[in-house]
Amino acid sequence: MKEGFRGTREELKEAIAAQPQGTVTVLSSLLAVQDAVGYLPGEAIEEVASYTQTTVNDVWGVASFYTNFRVDPPCSHNVEVCWGATCHVLGAMKVVRAVLEAAGLESEGDVPGGNASVRLNTCLGACSQGPVISIDHGLYGKVSPGEAGRLVSKLFDA
Amino acid sequence: MPDDFQQIKAQAEEKWASLASGDTPHIRVGTALCGKAAGGLAVIESIRRELQSRDIHATISEVGCMGLCFAEPLVDITMPGGSRVFYAGVTSDAVPEIIASHLVEKKPDPDLVLGLLGENGTGDFQDLAQHPMMKDQVRIALRNAGTIDPYDIHQYVANGGYSALYKAVTGMTPEEVLEEVNKSGLRGRGGAAFPTATKWSFLARSTEPVKYILCNCEEGDPGAFNDKGILDSDPHTLVEGMILAGYATGARFGYIFIRHGHEGPIERTQTAVKQARELGFLGDNIFESDFGFHLEVALTGDSYVSGEETALMEAIEGGRAMPRYRPPFPAQVGLFGKPSNINNVKTLSYVPEIIRRGGDWFAGIGQDRSKGTAILCLSGDLVHPGMVELPFGLTLGDVVYKVAGGVSGDRKLKLLQTGGPLGGVLGSAQMDIPLDFEAMAGVGAILGSGGIIAAADDSCAVDLTRSLIAFCQYESCGKCFPCRLGMTHLLEVLERICELRSLPGDLELMRKVGQDMQAGSLCGHGQLGFNPVASALRYFGDEFEEHMVNRRCPTGVCASERYSPVAVRR
Ligand SMILES: Cc1cc2nc3c(=O)[nH]c(=O)nc-3n(C[C@H](O)[C@H](O)[C@H](O)COP(=O)(O)O)c2cc1C
Ligand code: FES
Repeated sequence: MKEGFRGTREELKEAIAAQPQGTVTVLSSLLAVQDAVGYLPGEAIEEVASYTQTTVNDVWGVASFYTNFRVDPPCSHNVEVCWGATCHVLGAMKVVRAVLEAAGLESEGDVPGGNASVRLNTCLGACSQGPVISIDHGLYGKVSPGEAGRLVSKLFDA
Repeated sequence: MPDDFQQIKAQAEEKWASLASGDTPHIRVGTALCGKAAGGLAVIESIRRELQSRDIHATISEVGCMGLCFAEPLVDITMPGGSRVFYAGVTSDAVPEIIASHLVEKKPDPDLVLGLLGENGTGDFQDLAQHPMMKDQVRIALRNAGTIDPYDIHQYVANGGYSALYKAVTGMTPEEVLEEVNKSGLRGRGGAAFPTATKWSFLARSTEPVKYILCNCEEGDPGAFNDKGILDSDPHTLVEGMILAGYATGARFGYIFIRHGHEGPIERTQTAVKQARELGFLGDNIFESDFGFHLEVALTGDSYVSGEETALMEAIEGGRAMPRYRPPFPAQVGLFGKPSNINNVKTLSYVPEIIRRGGDWFAGIGQDRSKGTAILCLSGDLVHPGMVELPFGLTLGDVVYKVAGGVSGDRKLKLLQTGGPLGGVLGSAQMDIPLDFEAMAGVGAILGSGGIIAAADDSCAVDLTRSLIAFCQYESCGKCFPCRLGMTHLLEVLERICELRSLPGDLELMRKVGQDMQAGSLCGHGQLGFNPVASALRYFGDEFEEHMVNRRCPTGVCASERYSPVAVRR
């Protein structure tokens, strides 16, 4: 799964050029690429640098700062578990444990084989429904550890 | 294009009145982030399917958050001429029964109904306006939340929207608008509670041709969701507030800054900006005046510090969100080197009503120097978690025991964590403290952005403190060393304490580190970062001692949790 970028430079250029808003920056371009191809391949760093007329170093500087950017190809599923203060009070660490166990991971990261990635999120914005997890951008509130584990296990079926 | 405003308004009102009319009922479903997390999207699908299979015609609206998050997924049905009848905790399985009883037999099932809102009674259901969670609310910024469709500008206009802008641009000078905000006593709701009119006057004074109004919806505080809640529920109140800020200060450009990833609030805000442009409320020559305003949505990556005002400008410019040195202050040298004014979503969302109803009206609500309302996010171990707008002056006890229905699950309140991770904690003995910027700051907890997290007596204060500092350490941007190293140091010590292997002198060590962080950090993140520890030591010193001297965690939390947040982060 971890081989190089399979798409084309045209695809990356297109994602960068197609940003609808008026203010196009290094950060906005990186977000646009990650939305389009799921991560930031090395080629994208070069394309963003050339489009925004800056250096590859500067672009890497931005890409490495924000914790939502990935430099590895995306997994088939993305699981995020909230560990914000509300969810913490409501038992998030037990949910974290259940999700990691279901994914066979010790800490956040990608499952070998690339079926799923598990990330901790600092707040998914639905605190009144805590504990909250998100799977492929869909939010699940008031999850028990058991439920969270089952939802994640399902990603590995079939 | 820019039609006469009165005409737009008349059309909007007509459309609004016809939402439930003839044989067509109106069904609203809450799909803010809370509604989505509770399963609201699946409920809408079930409603659509059920209506189709029964061949019933109804208007379905996705609305934002009423604030009754505990009751999500929340569905309400208005029959033509009737009141809004609310159903709480609706599941897809319950939909056929609700549709059958309410729309077909026209007899809402009392076992399923939560209550109703409106004058036109439907049976003997509870009046939701008298529900403990609604009763004390004064809804200004949240006046439309959960009621109007955030995707439809006409619904906002029909409820008084853009009337303030019309009033200001066609009948008031910028100085008069500024004076109205000044009279209101409005203070910033982003954390520091700085007087808004004073901040605006700095920008108004600058004669530079290009100036910016920036709205901060980074909202990284865990436990705070009211900024996203407003964008999800009523984005136009923010858009109108920003245009008014531009008018008052002579700024012609604005950015709404939102964290990437919260698709609902982002999409609703982008739609609102587009619609406002189409109706001529944004752009050049608004209402055929010389005044023009241009607004754009800018996204940031995941970084808590990007909510700090100068880091925010770095992020909009596309760089690493690291704070700048001050002076120069943003009102002189801000975004792209131009004078800029930054406000929180809530702050700006009050402005339309302040202009429409007058500054004196707003100043008549609240107490002392805390004017108007506090928009609170209630979460944690509460019976009724949600988003409420309460006048300043109610006590924290009122908030917890009345509004939020007390602590859930037959437990007692242990603590409130307020004001986000840089705020503080309060013990259950501090519940007579009023909602008030000064009173709360005086006891070491800040109101901040309005997040109030309740923890019951089975939570460990030391463990929660560690979790807050783990957040602060993870989110330190790394630019200045007092914050970067200080947070790491605090976290190390808290890890030791939680693992019951603290060293002698650890408390003094933390206090010393905290002092240095406060004195030496570049921005509020490091300057305020010791707050959670200081307030926890103040109110839960015994519990720290128990961990450190008797080597035991009284609640058992520290002993049982194999995963600390530190161990699983990479
Ligand atoms: C680390 C840090 C994070 C912040 N995050 C936010 C935020 O997410 N939203 C916000 O409105 N203000 C945030 N602030 C406060 C802003 O710097 C700024 O004071 C505020 O947006 C001003 O708006 P107001 O005058 O309307 O309160 C943060 C401050 C610090 C130090
Ligand atoms: S703290 Fe978990 S969703 Fe906000």
